[in-house]
Amino acid sequence: MATTITMPQLGETVTEGTVAQWLKKPGDSVEKYEAFVEVSTDKVNAEVPSPVTGTLREVLVKEGETVATGTPIAVIDEVGAATQSNAHGTEPTQQVADAAAAPPKPSNGSTAHVPAAAAPAPARPAELDIAGLEAALRVASPAVRKLAREHRIDIRALQGSGANGRVTAQDVLTAAQMGPAAAVGQAIAVGTNFGATGAPAKPPTHAAPASGGTSTYGEPIPGTTIPLNQARRIIAQRMVESKHTAPHAWSMVEVDVTNLWKWRQREKDKFDHETGGLKLTMLPFFIRAVVESLAAFPLMNARFTDEGIYVNKEVNIGIAIGLATNLVVPVVKHADQLSIKGLAVASAQLIDKARRNKLGVDDLAGGTFTVNNNGSNGSIASAPIINGGQAGIVTMEAMVKRPVVTADDAIAIRSIMNVCLSLDHRVVDGYVASGFLADLKRRLEAMGPTGIL
Amino acid sequence: MAVSSPTQTTQLMNNVDAVRATLYDAMKNDPRTVILGEDVGARGNVFLITKDFSKEFGPQRVIDTPIAEASIVGIAVGMAMEGLRPIAEIQFADFIYPAFNQIVGEAAKTRYRSNGEYTCPLVIRTPYGGGVRGALSHSVSIEALFYHVPGLKILAPAFPADVKGLLNAAIDDPDPVLFLEHKKTYRLIKGEVPDGHYTIPIGKANVLKEGTALTVVSYGLYVHWALEAAQQLADEGISVEVIDLRSIRPMDKTAILQSVEKTRKLLIVHEDNKFGGIGAEISAMVAEEALFSLDAPIRRHCAPDVPAMGYAEPLEHEYMSSPAKIADAMRELARF
Repeated sequence: MATTITMPQLGETVTEGTVAQWLKKPGDSVEKYEAFVEVSTDKVNAEVPSPVTGTLREVLVKEGETVATGTPIAVIDEVGAATQSNAHGTEPTQQVADAAAAPPKPSNGSTAHVPAAAAPAPARPAELDIAGLEAALRVASPAVRKLAREHRIDIRALQGSGANGRVTAQDVLTAAQMGPAAAVGQAIAVGTNFGATGAPAKPPTHAAPASGGTSTYGEPIPGTTIPLNQARRIIAQRMVESKHTAPHAWSMVEVDVTNLWKWRQREKDKFDHETGGLKLTMLPFFIRAVVESLAAFPLMNARFTDEGIYVNKEVNIGIAIGLATNLVVPVVKHADQLSIKGLAVASAQLIDKARRNKLGVDDLAGGTFTVNNNGSNGSIASAPIINGGQAGIVTMEAMVKRPVVTADDAIAIRSIMNVCLSLDHRVVDGYVASGFLADLKRRLEAMGPTGIL
Repeated sequence: MAVSSPTQTTQLMNNVDAVRATLYDAMKNDPRTVILGEDVGARGNVFLITKDFSKEFGPQRVIDTPIAEASIVGIAVGMAMEGLRPIAEIQFADFIYPAFNQIVGEAAKTRYRSNGEYTCPLVIRTPYGGGVRGALSHSVSIEALFYHVPGLKILAPAFPADVKGLLNAAIDDPDPVLFLEHKKTYRLIKGEVPDGHYTIPIGKANVLKEGTALTVVSYGLYVHWALEAAQQLADEGISVEVIDLRSIRPMDKTAILQSVEKTRKLLIVHEDNKFGGIGAEISAMVAEEALFSLDAPIRRHCAPDVPAMGYAEPLEHEYMSSPAKIADAMRELARF
């Protein structure tokens, strides 16, 4: 029996996909759940698992070609179905059984060729490669399930280090240290996040085996594939998850931070002295304004659930920190209970830990809203991806001096910073979001040298 | 190790010395103590454990019995019920079967049957285990046969200091205790033994080596081999936790569970047959109590399901484990 495979819909809003790479060639055998084609959309690359066990008969779409979701892309001659339809229970020939039991082959593997007309020669399930199937099915031990639940880790996204690629309890713990799903997204806005700059992070220990060449994230070599390490897989998965589940809407305001800047300039040396060398950046001022605005607009400190909009009790602010090879989002807990000074110390400690690769699971858990200091490299506008499970994320863009027409129609040189907001449109609409942004703008502009840290 | 005073002086002993010294003290310190068994008197036991005891304490207290195990234990049960402190010896564990009724049907049930009016403070010592070319009738492990029986305690210490502390605890215990001495460790294993009287609590396992990758639970000779294997694995970067049960029954559930909750993997290693062995009960207990801590199936590395180890050396090697075989089992589980 032939099964026609169509272009999958990789998310609610995705309408088309590109065949990035055929992982199997016509004639190759393919196991149920084995990836046989890589499909990409504008944001995502995803391997598509085969829904059946059989032989890839035909590919209908060339690599690089883009087609609408639902368009047939391949035909697979099913082996398993033939078994069911074989009412006489004929013993399978050894050749076919071997072929069915063959471990997954690389895309150019040419052995284990099952003739397309082999329909009456089925493989019984007992003769399948159980180890291979287990890997494909992601058999999870009770401990792995428990840890995954506790740390809210999607084990499907992990590269298993156990036998047959099994995800081990240690793999989950390692992933949890990268950041639990509660703080989903360690990763915000891949590609546009320049965040707080960090020293190169040590690559995670469970790096995927190199597949030709020694290309790494730190030293990319053209024409080679950089193996996905755990961090990259998780970042990718959470980006996709957030983008696919939360319809993002975007807005931006210009904020006059001239007075705030003056205040910060006035305080920074004293702060440096008092704290024994911590730098007073604009970040704690910004976080302070954000938590005040969140208090005024609690719907922005909420998350969408199937049962309804859960409005968080706590205000825990994630800070996106870009490192050389990955992105982490440690969380300032109870940020609403901290002064600007307290926020400065807490955020400085987290940033320091992140650079030294010392963040623990607790540092990364529990965020309810995220702040991304995106302007340090000069960006003046960005469209960040929401940290999954939150209602929004704001960016601090680069502060630039600009001629501004003031309220009394004079032209003045002011320090202007754009603040961008991505919001989960399921949680709030533009009315609330723009109210929040306007409130944030007002609070930032009201901050000045007369304030108290 | 739970010794009564950390300032005590110690003596280097092997396991035979430890048994002998403990028995001697018991005979010396408590006139109720009686030793009975085959060749314990004039011969002084086949391993010379009670050598010269008969001269010192007399044939009334060091009793040579006929080759009749049912009688040895049966008489000892009566002695114990009526106020003596008998230490019965079964010359080799392989010969214990005729006494099964006296141990299981009488000794273990005395307290329950008499509603607590009688107890049976009896110690049955017996050398067990293979690796000495003892073949079918001088190599067996008998613990599983008695493991099922409530009212019976089973001890199997592996180190001289544990031998002394647990044998003292067994002698002090008001109920019957089966005290297993692995004969290959008798002279092979040496260690410092504190002077004076001390006990080690029955039912307390000993974490001999801490580790993170997997837990190995064992007892007897294989504890030593498991330690050796764990050391090999440490050199390979795999951190193995080794627990010496010491008390087979009662089982130290807490120690096992705490360790499994930490390492998430459990390997049980014992010389006795796998089917229905001690490992089966430990596995079941862990499955009941700690399923959601397990990251791998519980593994048992035990003897194959054949009636006995043969006399021929290759057959004995095949039947017995070894540090290398245990290391392989550890590696396999670590890799899972």
